[in-house]
Amino acid sequence: MKKVLLVLLTLVFAVGLMTGCGGNDTDEPAGADAAGIKIGVNYELSGDLASYGEASVDGIKMAFDEINAAGGINGTPIVPVIVDNRSDPAEATSLATRLMTKEDVVACLGPATSGSFMATIPVAMANKIPIISASATADEGVTVDKNGNVNEYVFRLCFNDSFQGVTMANFATNNLGAKKAVIIQDKSSDYAAGLAKNFKETFTAAGGEIVAEEGYVAKDKDFNAILTNIKGKEFDVIFLPGYYSEAGLVIKQARALGITAPVLGADGFDSPVLLQLAGAEALNNVYFSNHYSSLDQDPLVQNFITAFNEKYGRDPNAFNALGYDLGKFIADAVKRAGSANPEAIKDALAGTENFVGVTGSFSMGADHNPIKSAVVIGLKDGVQSTSVKVEPK
Amino acid sequence: MEQFLQQVVNGISLGSIYALIALGYTMVYGIIKLINFAHGDVYMIGAYIGFAAITYAKLGFFPALLISMILCAILGVVIERIAYKPLRNSTRIAVLITAIGVSLFLEYVMMFFVGAEVRSYPNVLSNYTLHLHGVVINMQQIYIIVTAIALMVLLQFIVHKTKTGKAMRAVSIDQDAAQLMGINADSTISYTFAIGSAFAGAAGVLVGIYYNSIDPLMGIMPGLKAFVAAVFGGIGSIPGAMIGGLGIGIMETLVSGYGNSMYRDAFVFLFLILILILKPTGLMGKNIREKV
Repeated sequence: MKKVLLVLLTLVFAVGLMTGCGGNDTDEPAGADAAGIKIGVNYELSGDLASYGEASVDGIKMAFDEINAAGGINGTPIVPVIVDNRSDPAEATSLATRLMTKEDVVACLGPATSGSFMATIPVAMANKIPIISASATADEGVTVDKNGNVNEYVFRLCFNDSFQGVTMANFATNNLGAKKAVIIQDKSSDYAAGLAKNFKETFTAAGGEIVAEEGYVAKDKDFNAILTNIKGKEFDVIFLPGYYSEAGLVIKQARALGITAPVLGADGFDSPVLLQLAGAEALNNVYFSNHYSSLDQDPLVQNFITAFNEKYGRDPNAFNALGYDLGKFIADAVKRAGSANPEAIKDALAGTENFVGVTGSFSMGADHNPIKSAVVIGLKDGVQSTSVKVEPK
Repeated sequence: MEQFLQQVVNGISLGSIYALIALGYTMVYGIIKLINFAHGDVYMIGAYIGFAAITYAKLGFFPALLISMILCAILGVVIERIAYKPLRNSTRIAVLITAIGVSLFLEYVMMFFVGAEVRSYPNVLSNYTLHLHGVVINMQQIYIIVTAIALMVLLQFIVHKTKTGKAMRAVSIDQDAAQLMGINADSTISYTFAIGSAFAGAAGVLVGIYYNSIDPLMGIMPGLKAFVAAVFGGIGSIPGAMIGGLGIGIMETLVSGYGNSMYRDAFVFLFLILILILKPTGLMGKNIREKV
């Protein structure tokens, strides 16, 4: 028995030594790479939310490639350190720690979704390395902590959920003339909860009425029961806060049951999978708020679309555009900071004035949220056909 | 009333799928007293096989259904031979834990190969919808119900009119006695796994077409619900599994439709606890007294 224990212990030590050496090996290039500016890219490249992470990283890479091709930042190239957090907040946290302590990055981009991004905030605050997300839209706990203090090292490049909820409620009232709405909410995500709350407040404040509220949880596939239930009611619009993987099925099943009312959603709808799941004929009279629209005739947007098409052979979606802006934004901040010092970069990010991006131009607010506009996109046969720009108040 | 009928139609389509999966649970339990937790994952793999057959081989609905059933039958037999057969004489808990292991193995192997993201099924059935007095029934629902009924009739035929079926019944009553009568128990058990897995594969393809969305973890919830259905109907009883499946499907739909959709799953599992307390043998289960 003792012998077995001894052998086991030896093995444990041996493995420990080997991994220890491995760690040192990866440390070496960190020093050797002093010629480049290291930026962590911590995204959902596999798992449930991979669609968002991959799209963001494609945009970021494109921005970095453009900057490096033009000589980098004051002659120093950007070196992205890309890691995959598997759509898991715990993994995102440990990867953020690794990026900040072992890889010596000067700033971290991502993750794309609020849950994972929020999980990495304590790491950023402890290591004093700025983190920026282009798409973490949660209302609470992102750039401002629960006591109302601004998280000094946390920034984002997008508006938050309350703005989207308010935008869609105003759109329903003013553009669609809706008086009665039904909310079908993903009860398993904070994102949907924030959207639903703000939609409800704004819609009822404008004299509208919420005639029914239904819920589902992520991974549900059968929505016929709740849809049959609301079919018996009288309403003008359906507000559907949630992600594309369920929203696509809800829309498909609603249209199959003969529910033709407009369906409203938010940026969670923005994925090519929505079209695959719902089918083109179901995606009529569907509107969602988004960060950017490919229908925008601004030359900056059109040039981006052309360049993206050349590089990846497809049209960019909002996450591509946000990722691209994020890449340009961090490079701009490093340039303005004048050095690759995380502290200086943080100050430069906070002091952003009139940054011009594909997803709109903005200045950084005191709460580290950008002050920028949203667009409401309308779908016809699954294709984006209309877009309305909504300015922040 | 219309709304109620519509809910019942929704419930029957959902329930037919549960019934198809529950059949596999109940048959395997009937013959080797094992709750095969990997069964829900065979259903998931069936959905992916159907997906591959339709998308890459450009086959229609029936060929895809057939291919998926055949390959799932083979998979079921392979799982039985590799994972369960060596444990035939071990404790039941050992086999049960192995079943959970097989389940996780199938889920994550699939995730490794096809990725975790949701995939959409190509549209192979027409989107035609029937309107009967305000009740909407679409073609997919009709296909699901008709296929499920046809398969269940086929199963009844196999179990009651064929030699294999007779052997299956004999082995399920008393394995040793059946062997003494010259029945090859091992191959009979393999047949049972093959048939049960083929049904799960069929359910996978039907679900893929109906809901248009498949992912590597799609088997977990329906697997558990089908297990509840099998217990409700009386585990080990084939007609029980059908009635149990339909019962659970309709119950779920009515809870979502008239109660709160958030309580749907909780209600199903609460129901499982109630059955286990009040009538552990289920609706049609045999109450066999242990002889000492």
